[in-house]
Amino acid sequence: MSEAAAKTEPAENAETAENLLTVNNIEVVYDEVILVLRGVSLDVPKGALVTLLGANGAGKSTTLKAISGLLKTEDGEVTRGDVIFKGNKINHLAPEAIVRRGIFQVMEGRRIVEDMTVIENLRLGAYTRKDKGVKDDMEMVFTYFPRLKERTGLAGYLSGGEQQMLAIGRALMARPVMMLLDEPSMGLSPLLVGEVFEIIRRLNRDLGITMLLVEQNARMALKAADYGYIMESGKIVLDGTAQELSDNEDVKEFYLGGGGEERKSFKNLKSYKRRKRWI
Amino acid sequence: MNFELLLQLVINGLIIGTLYGVVGMCFVLIYKASQIVNFAQGEFLLIGAWVCWWILTQFHLPFYAGFLLTLLFMMVFGILLQVLVLRPMIGEPIISVIMVTIGLSIFFQAIMNWMFGVFVQPFPPIFETKSVDIFGLNVQPAYLMSLVISIIIMGGFAWFFKYSRMGLAMRATAFNQQVAQSLGISIKQVFAASWAISAMVSALAGVVVGMVNGVSSALSFFGIKVFPAVILGGLDSVIGAVVGGLIIGVLENVAEYVDGQWLNVGNLYTIAPFYVLVIILMIRPYGLFGTEEIERV
Ligand SMILES: Nc1ncnc2c1ncn2[C@@H]1O[C@H](COP(=O)(O)OP(=O)(O)OP(=O)(O)O)[C@@H](O)[C@H]1O
Ligand SMILES: [Mg+2]
Repeated sequence: MSEAAAKTEPAENAETAENLLTVNNIEVVYDEVILVLRGVSLDVPKGALVTLLGANGAGKSTTLKAISGLLKTEDGEVTRGDVIFKGNKINHLAPEAIVRRGIFQVMEGRRIVEDMTVIENLRLGAYTRKDKGVKDDMEMVFTYFPRLKERTGLAGYLSGGEQQMLAIGRALMARPVMMLLDEPSMGLSPLLVGEVFEIIRRLNRDLGITMLLVEQNARMALKAADYGYIMESGKIVLDGTAQELSDNEDVKEFYLGGGGEERKSFKNLKSYKRRKRWI
Repeated sequence: MNFELLLQLVINGLIIGTLYGVVGMCFVLIYKASQIVNFAQGEFLLIGAWVCWWILTQFHLPFYAGFLLTLLFMMVFGILLQVLVLRPMIGEPIISVIMVTIGLSIFFQAIMNWMFGVFVQPFPPIFETKSVDIFGLNVQPAYLMSLVISIIIMGGFAWFFKYSRMGLAMRATAFNQQVAQSLGISIKQVFAASWAISAMVSALAGVVVGMVNGVSSALSFFGIKVFPAVILGGLDSVIGAVVGGLIIGVLENVAEYVDGQWLNVGNLYTIAPFYVLVIILMIRPYGLFGTEEIERV
């Protein structure tokens, strides 16, 4: 459904019009046999900052790759369900086509091009653009990440925090409608985590970039986000506003409690109710 | 010792070495972008030179027009080769892909022999063949032109990789294909572009050599000569290809000198580069400029 059509019938299509991205009950299989996502659904409203939380191996990165199309580069496939962006199905598109539509994934582990300079990395971010605004946008990136401007050597020699900033800055250069951020806090000092999250929030508020944020650091993510989903073994097991999740006893225990690495399962708990069901 | 001859040979070596460097860069371009070892690189020179020769002698066009048509042809040729032959090979074992490029090499040689014969054909002359005198040394104008063109191409490559959009995309693809795709780069386009550019620049080198020596199947020998050059430089380094090319070029000629003066083995010229290659690779398995692990040039 086109945006225009959605606007003319606000009452009926209120939800699709609001939701920039809808992931509709997707199932993902790697190498044609490994079933990793078993019916994942989530909505990301336009302009929102939504977080996706969960333990290691839950399928968070896989969910992001299913949206950005990068799954196809890893022999993964969406075998059921749809990814709908701005009312259009995008699951069959190549990653580069999805970038052109405005979804940009900042992959886990930063993945900047190490043998290029900061400037070259930023120019790569603008690869899909042909307009004249690239230079100005580079300055804009430097206002958010002033310390990047001073780094003239190869990006491989930047500190972990600087690399993460470069990865986000590079994404900004594409002028995305929506950013998929995969564990931006990974390997950063607590101080830097705070800084990076602050910038993510500002990008969301100031520039209106819709964000889907995958995190292990649930406390920070829930502080920044409007809404959250919690994932376990390839399924969404809980969702709610950031406030609701922060107040939820189970979330407190498993994700916010004492910083313990040990995580139990939601499986045996009956206390949560899914807000929405598909199928 | 005959120093003048030695100097002359070293200069010849540098001139031919820059050409090896240029062809080596074409080879590395394909290898870096798509990890394909192109054994048909020498045939690109051969095809380019024959096509240009054919256009010039058949239609009596001015040189630049024939040459531009040749480049156009090679661009289409490179793209088609990638799309029709090598794209379907993506994901196949490296050894299969290598066998395909070896097959292509043999196939193209046979086709060229069949179409244009086995005799050396001279290019229509564009320079008076009189040699010019530089610092007391005899240099053929065609050699000089070859040197100038090679240096321009090298500069062009440097600019391309540093500043052009496609050049950056190629480097990103060489770094990591998934990362490149996450930035919106179509790696299919990058592969096709790398073959197109490689074919065009190789053809240019082929025409240059053809103008000096005439066109014949000997041109494809460049493909074999370029091997020690790029392996010496480190398969994935563009700068390494240039340095390797220069080293091999000079080495050949010095070997010839040594051979002619003292050893009288006869064909040290052709073999010497490979001896040196073996020795250097024993000391530096990744080549002089090759990627070891994360350290990249
Ligand atoms: N390319 C792949 N091929 C096969 N299996 C994969 C692939 N990528 C991920 N998996 C598997 O899918 C499951 C989910 O992986 P995923 O990377 O999505 O988890 P995650 O929630 O992002 O975990 P983490 O927090 O550790 O990053 C894991 O069991 C993993 O082993
Ligand atoms: Mg992950």
